[in-house]
This record gives sequence, structure tokens and C-alpha cells, in this order.
Amino acid sequence: MAYLRSILRSGKNGVPAVLRREFHRTLPAAMQVTVRDAIKEAMDEELERDERVFLLGEEVALFEGAYKVTRGLWKKYGDKRIIDTPIAEIGFTGIAVGAAMAGLRPVVEYMSFNFSMQSVDHIINSAAKTYYMSGGLQPVSIVFRGPNGAAPGVAAQHAQCFAAWYGHVPGLKVVSPWSAEDAKGLLKSAIRDDNPVVFLENEIMYSVPFEMSEESQSKDFLIPIGKAKIERKGNHVTLVSHSHVVSRCMDAAAVLAKDGIECEVINLRTIRPMDMEAIETSVMKTKHLITVEGGWPQFGVGGEILARIMEGPGFGYLNAPAVRVTGVDIPMPYAKLLEENTLPQIKDIVFSVKKMLNV
Amino acid sequence: MQKMLTIISNVLRGSASRNGARVVVSARTYADFTPQATFDIKKCDLHKLEEGPPLQAVLTREEGLQYYRTMQTMRRMELKADQLYKQKIIRGFCHLYDGQEACAVGIEAGINLSDHLITAYRAHGYTLTRGGTVREIMAELTGRRGGIAKGKGGSMHMYTKHFYGGNGIVGAQVPLGAGVALACKYLGKNELCVCLYGDGAANQGQIFETYNMASLWKLPCIFICENNKYGMGTSVERAAASTDYYKRGDFIPGLRLDGMDVLCVREATKFAAEHCRSGKGPILMELQTYRYHGHSMSDPGVSYRTREEIQEVRSKSDPISMLKDRMLSNNMASVEELKEIDVEVRKEIEDAAQFATTDPEPPLDDLCNHIFYNDHPMEVRGINPWSKLKSVS
Repeated sequence: MAYLRSILRSGKNGVPAVLRREFHRTLPAAMQVTVRDAIKEAMDEELERDERVFLLGEEVALFEGAYKVTRGLWKKYGDKRIIDTPIAEIGFTGIAVGAAMAGLRPVVEYMSFNFSMQSVDHIINSAAKTYYMSGGLQPVSIVFRGPNGAAPGVAAQHAQCFAAWYGHVPGLKVVSPWSAEDAKGLLKSAIRDDNPVVFLENEIMYSVPFEMSEESQSKDFLIPIGKAKIERKGNHVTLVSHSHVVSRCMDAAAVLAKDGIECEVINLRTIRPMDMEAIETSVMKTKHLITVEGGWPQFGVGGEILARIMEGPGFGYLNAPAVRVTGVDIPMPYAKLLEENTLPQIKDIVFSVKKMLNV
Repeated sequence: MQKMLTIISNVLRGSASRNGARVVVSARTYADFTPQATFDIKKCDLHKLEEGPPLQAVLTREEGLQYYRTMQTMRRMELKADQLYKQKIIRGFCHLYDGQEACAVGIEAGINLSDHLITAYRAHGYTLTRGGTVREIMAELTGRRGGIAKGKGGSMHMYTKHFYGGNGIVGAQVPLGAGVALACKYLGKNELCVCLYGDGAANQGQIFETYNMASLWKLPCIFICENNKYGMGTSVERAAASTDYYKRGDFIPGLRLDGMDVLCVREATKFAAEHCRSGKGPILMELQTYRYHGHSMSDPGVSYRTREEIQEVRSKSDPISMLKDRMLSNNMASVEELKEIDVEVRKEIEDAAQFATTDPEPPLDDLCNHIFYNDHPMEVRGINPWSKLKSVS
């Protein structure tokens, strides 16, 4: 297919280009890229751009990443820049933060954010708080990334969502991308950011392909941290979500559209700082708000959004109390039937919208 | 040379009389003192090392005076902090370093300012040796805008160039220090990192994770355990199955030495620095030392040890007295000269304390600043929903 396109575009020169494996120059305007590859591209480009950037984590080098996100990077950059660590989360997180204090720009991979609980002291006490405590003397440029939240069949200890935990902490930026473009642009911004950034990926999304615009293929393509994106415009209800659950919202919106209900789906993209302006603007238009997340309900992302809506200008526009759709307040079970009923499904979102709109 | 010495002695004489002290310096010139002497120092206990630091140390007059001045400054600064704490001008946590001065001064004498250092919360002494001034340190303790961290950090969060604090979480500074060492190796500048922790922290798991990685990756890291025999109120025998802290690095070579002797500490540090800089990887030093104060200002320090023990260390092993005796008995300085240094130090501390108690607290509009570095200004939610505070980098 690419061969055909390149022939059509560049005529007789297309053939040698294809044979020389110079696909890149003859690519079409948009292309399909999986979230996994987008993340890898982001890291590759940033490793190339700045010598101080390096990766560390378990199995990131030879094994090419537990989820193959870092495939090819070790072969390209070597031992100095892509470092395999022993299974020592608190140790290697501390080492990464120390390296950041001394001027390098580490990207720490957690095989799962569930393992980051062992390192949470360093993420918060050694990284997040330091610039403040030092009165502006000691910045910490570091990215903590890895899969967060639910994954099929991994059960309780491997399925927790940490968006609310990290979103709680001043001094951290917390990013939760959904699409491939999100992942690429936000990870590049995160790596270039001079502050500690927690980058919450999701295993379910790794293999999902998205169309990447031409713009997003540039090496300087950045998405600003702190800006949400409206994935689907609508007038009847605002659905605010992040990470893999955005897919469910989009599917639910398609189902509801058949009944004439138009949902506005907001992809938060950043948990902290949260783009309340986007949410408020949408709420003022639709007058109905439902937050949808995979994490637990108590003290979660949705709870924060609802509290801020109450305290802000959006409240006056609501025609019904805002509600949260969340994961069930239990540790994640293993059996498929139970697991499915622990996370918001399309039918749950549709039900909540119809109940709110009284239809 | 002789002319220069005469000029110097005239200046010294002149400054002596300006201070108003009736000093009999005029009878002796600079040239009367021994310029340097060699001292026997105690042998170190070795672990996985064929040889250790030398058994003798050369001390020049300048070095001696400088170590004396710095240790005395440290001592008086900590005692002043004690006073201010009791007057409630310093609040919260205050962990004093008096008794351990030879460690900080000896270590700094064995490395360069371009090297790096990180320690835990008993950090005022290191903030000084790493380039902080007494004024900035004391003003930080009293929480004023002239403090080294603008009053936002307090006792445990002081930073200067190549000094990464001041860390409040026991043991956390060890992997951080190894990370700094990783950066040193990565950037190829032949610098190293000195990474300090106490006998209490030595039982932290993350330290063993760090030993493993530092050794695997041959990081230029000198791990130093300041064993002052008590982790808060728990003596080493009650906390550690093995109190041979210098051996606990297992595959990491180690030395144990007298941390009350500044020359011992210096020579061992030089030895360790050489080891790191030659690419051999990390090394561990255990400094046997003692703190006169309790764990912190809220600990009188006598419920878990006897006053007799404290008194014995003070009279037999005080680091400042040890250096003073060495210099006097080898004619490297006069009693008056050292007294003069004491007077100058006292004045410096008084000035600093004066500054620390009169400098205003940080302005309220600084409250939300320094959350992020190199970032655009942002809004921070205040105490109530109508309170929107400004934050700049």
C-alpha cells in the first residue's frame, strides 16, 4: 500500500525510494500508529535531541521492555543511555531522582505503576517537594512513566489506578494520555519539562492504532501539559474522562447519538494541572456533567472535578447534579465476568446519561 | 619571603590590637611557628581491601588553623542554635552536630568543592563546609527571608552548589547520592559523590539496593556511615544484628576509622576518593563519632545513655581539643592565636544570630512560588474557593 502511494506521488523515483527503505519521506499525510509506538517514538526523538536524557527501569534494555515499549532503543543508544535495573524500585527511583538533581534528565519506567508504590517516597518527598523546599535552588527534571490502571486479567495487585494518588501532590505534574498523538506529544513535553512528571500510560491502549496527523510526525511536535481535548462535540451532556476510558465514552456517545443524544466527550489528557476551563466551558453549554473514570470512587479524579464545578461558575449552569461514573469500590477481581463488572462499560455510561437526562 | 612574613606579622599584630584584646603576639612572628608537622594516625580497620590509608598525616599550619576555625565555627553555630531553639526562635526539628565536627571538616578536606555531597537531616555542619554562610544557615533555621532556602526549607532542607541537602526521610539520601554519582560518571567530569548516613539509617533496605546498583555500575560514590552509636534513642547493639557497618556493603570494600580525628578522616577520604576516581566503583567508610546533644532538640539525650559517657567523650576525644593540642604541642600556633580565632568566631556567630533574629520572615506573596522550575506563572488554590493565589517559578 505504501509502495503504491509512493509510486503515485513521486513517479519513477518512487520505486528506488521504496527499495532504499526511505519510506519516511514519502509517507502520506496521516498514518496509523499504535500508542506503544508513539511512546517509543517520543523517547527516541528526545534521546536523540538531548544527551542528558536517559532511560532506566526493569527490562527496558535487552528485553526491549516488558510491554515492548522500548524495543530497539537499547540497540540504538547502548548501555549508557538505556539502563536495565535490578528489581529494586525504591533504590532505582532514588538513584534516578539523584541523577536529575545533578543535572541529567532521567525517564524512569515502572513495569506497572502498582510497583511505584514502593518508590512513592522518592517521587513525592525527593522529587515533587524539592524545588519548593529549597526555595528555588534545586529543580528536579524527571519523568516517571509506565502502565497504570486496569489491564485484562491481572487482578487486584496489578490493576490499581494511581491518577488520584499522584494528582493529589503539589509539585508534580500528572499526565494521562489516551490516543497515540496524546502519548507522543505529551511524553515529549514531559521529558522537556524541567519538573517531575508522572506519565500514566495504560496497557489496554498500547496496541490500539490511531491516526497521527502530519503535524504530529514532526520531531518538535509537543502537546502542552495541562490542556484537555474535546474529542467529540455535543450539546446535551459533557462526559469528562481520561486514559483508556475515553474509548468507552466515545463508544457510548456513538450509541447515544442513535437516540438523538449528543455527548461532548472531553479527554482530560492532564490530571494535574487539570484543565477546568475546558470542563466549565463545556458544562455551560451542555448543562449536564458526568465524569467517567476507571479508578476507585472515593477521593478520585471525578470527586475533584465535581468539587471544583460546585465551587466555580459552572455550577449555576447545571440542570442536574453532576455525577461520577467510576470503577467499583473493590479490589480488582480476576474472573472475567467479575472484572468486566468492576469497570465502567458502555452500557453503564449510556445508562447514566439517560438517567441524568431523564429519558 | 622574610619581608612578606614581617608584613603579615605586622598586619596580625595590628588587627590584634584593634580587637582590643591585650595580646602578646608582638613578641613572635609568623616565622616562629612550625610550618608543618607529621602526625601518627590510627590504623583503619579494613574490609576487602589489601591496603588502607597511610598511618601518618602531614598537617600544615594553614590547614590546621583552617580546620580549627571551621570546626569551632560549626561548634559555636550549633550551640547558638541550641540557645535559639530554647528561646523558641527556632521551631520544629533541629538536629545538632556538635561533637561530630571532625567528620564534616575532614571529609571536605579530602575532596574538592567540585565534588558532590549529600547527607541526612543533621546537616548544618555540611551546609557550612559546602559553601553556605553562617548567616544564611541561621536565618534558615529561624525561617527568615535571608535563609539559604528563603525560609521555606528549615533545618532539614538546606542546599548549596553540589550539596543536595539536608534530607528528612531516613535513608532516602543514599540512593539519591548514588544517582548524583551516576550523573558524575555519565557526564565524565571525574567528580564523585560523598553519600552520608547514620548508624540508624544503615538498616534501611534502600541502602542495600543502592549498594548493589552502585557496585554493579561502578558508580563513583563514597558511602560514609557516621556511626555516633545511637539511632535516635536506640543504641547500635539494639538496632543492628551486625554493628560492623563498614562491612555491610559486603562486596563493597570498606574502612572503619576514628571519626573524632580530623586527620584520620581526611586521609581516609583522600584514600576513598582515589579509589573512586580510578574507576574502581564505590567504597564505604565508617566514621566512629559521637554527638553531644540528643537526637534532636526535643531529646535531652540522657534517657538512653549516661551523662558520664557524654562527659568522657568530651574530655578525652573532643575533635577540636584534639586538633588544638596537636598544634600547640608542635608549636604550630600559639594559645593567643587560637583564642583570637575563638573571639572572631564568636563574633561571626553573634552577627549571624542577630541577622537571623531580625531579618523579616518571607513575604506572604512568596507562599506559592517555587512549585515548578522554568514554568509560566500559574494559579494555586488557596484555603477557600475564593482565594486564588499566584505562583511563579
